[in-house]
Formats: sequence, structure tokens, C-alpha cells
Amino acid sequence: MTGQGVAFAVLAAITIISALLVVTIKNIVRSALFLALSFVGVAGLYILLNAEFLAAVQVLIYVGAITVLMLFAIMLTQQIMSAKISQTTEWFWLALPMALAMLATLIFFFAMRTYPVNPAPDALAVGTTMPLAEALLKPYLLPFELASFILLAALVGAIVIAREEKPGATD
Amino acid sequence: MQPINCYLGVSAILFCIGLFGVMTRRNAVGILMSIELMLNAANLNLVAFSAYGPKHGLTGQVFAVFVITIAAAEAAVGLAIVVNLYMNAKHVNVDQVNLMKW
Repeated sequence: MTGQGVAFAVLAAITIISALLVVTIKNIVRSALFLALSFVGVAGLYILLNAEFLAAVQVLIYVGAITVLMLFAIMLTQQIMSAKISQTTEWFWLALPMALAMLATLIFFFAMRTYPVNPAPDALAVGTTMPLAEALLKPYLLPFELASFILLAALVGAIVIAREEKPGATD
Repeated sequence: MQPINCYLGVSAILFCIGLFGVMTRRNAVGILMSIELMLNAANLNLVAFSAYGPKHGLTGQVFAVFVITIAAAEAAVGLAIVVNLYMNAKHVNVDQVNLMKW
């Protein structure tokens, strides 16, 4: 087994085991922390796939921002931190076979056909950050600008939704 | 390098774990976390095909960047809705939020 194979196995195991803990563990705070670990595993897989910029973005945005945002939301809604209340719905035994059936279908179709393997020659030595920046600012300029506009709209919308409305306040 | 089917398999497992979480989690924050897992699975697929595809290109990675952007926006708005729900209903259990259910 090559070093890359070992790295892939370790990262995939980290990702999948912590993802399983995210959906099964009772304590929602620990669940959020395992979510961060799962994101780190995915970032490692990105590095194996020669996408080092995306790996950095994954660590910065998912691990650094989204998980912390989740933790803030958990702490602002105190009640769900108590481990006494049940964390799962009554659909558990219906959801389990459905998810497994979905998994079996996906794996079946992935295993049935072979994809052309054509790995990029030594892409990590060249680096994909600069070509990615050129792609974002040349052919994908309009979606790029649109994405920033969507972020602005989401920011304003989140503030408007989460604001506590004072009775009788006029604005 | 690994065959691409390994990455697709990991991605499929991650997606189904997220699907299971969406269907079984009771509080809204847990559901949002499961949705993030599913988006990560989709991103993994995009990046894998970007690296292994018959034509080399960065289209998959560009798409993954956009998915990450939308995921961040979705998390912000979703968590704002959760906080607002908590202020109004004093809980965030989605099976008890049936105000609009006829």
C-alpha cells in the first residue's frame, strides 16, 4: 500500500466515523465538535485530490466559521443542550433502512461502471491556486460577483430575521 | 493514486449519513449540521471529478467554491431562523413546530 493509500484510508476513516458520531451522539455540543473533525477529514481528502486552495478554504470557512456559528446557535438556544430530552424523532427505524437503501443504490451504480482514471501529472507541484483564481476572475466572473451579492443578501437577511423585535418600536 | 471509485464511495457514505441525520434529528441545529455533511459529500464528488476527469480542468473546483459560498449563506440564514424560532417558541424541536400544519 502506498503512502497515498494509507493517507486516504486514514482520512476517510476520520471523516466517516466522526460523521456517524455527528448524527448519532446525544450531546449536541459534542456533535458540533465532531462535525468540525469531519470537515478536517474532508479537507485532507481535498489535498489528496490536488485541491490545496479548497482545503484551506474548507478549514477556514467550515471548521472556522460554520462550526463556530453552530456552536453559537446551540448556546443561544439553551434548552437543547440538556441531554435529558430525546434528540431523535420517532422515525428512527424508518429512516435507517431508507438511508441504507440510498447508500446501496449509490454504491451499486458507482461500482457498476468504471470511470476513466486520468490523474493530473504532478498538479500539486504546480499548484492549483493561481489557475483557480484565473478561472474565477475570467470565465466565471459573473457567477463570482453573484455569489458575493448572495452573501450580502444572506447577511442582511440573517440580521433581519434574528433581530429581536421590541413591541412598539418604529423604524 | 486511488481509483476514483474510492472517493465516490466515501462521498456516498457521507451523503447517506447526512440524509439519515436530516431524517432523524429532532432539533433544527442538528438538521442544519446534517445538511452541511451532505453538501460536503457533494463537494467531494465535484473535486474528485475535477482531479480525475477525462479532461483536466478546474470547473469542479470552481463549482465547489460556489457550493461552499452558498453553504455559508444557508448556514447563516438557517441559524437566524433557529434563533428566531427559539425566541418565539422556546424550543427548537422541529416535530413540535406545526403552526402552519393544517
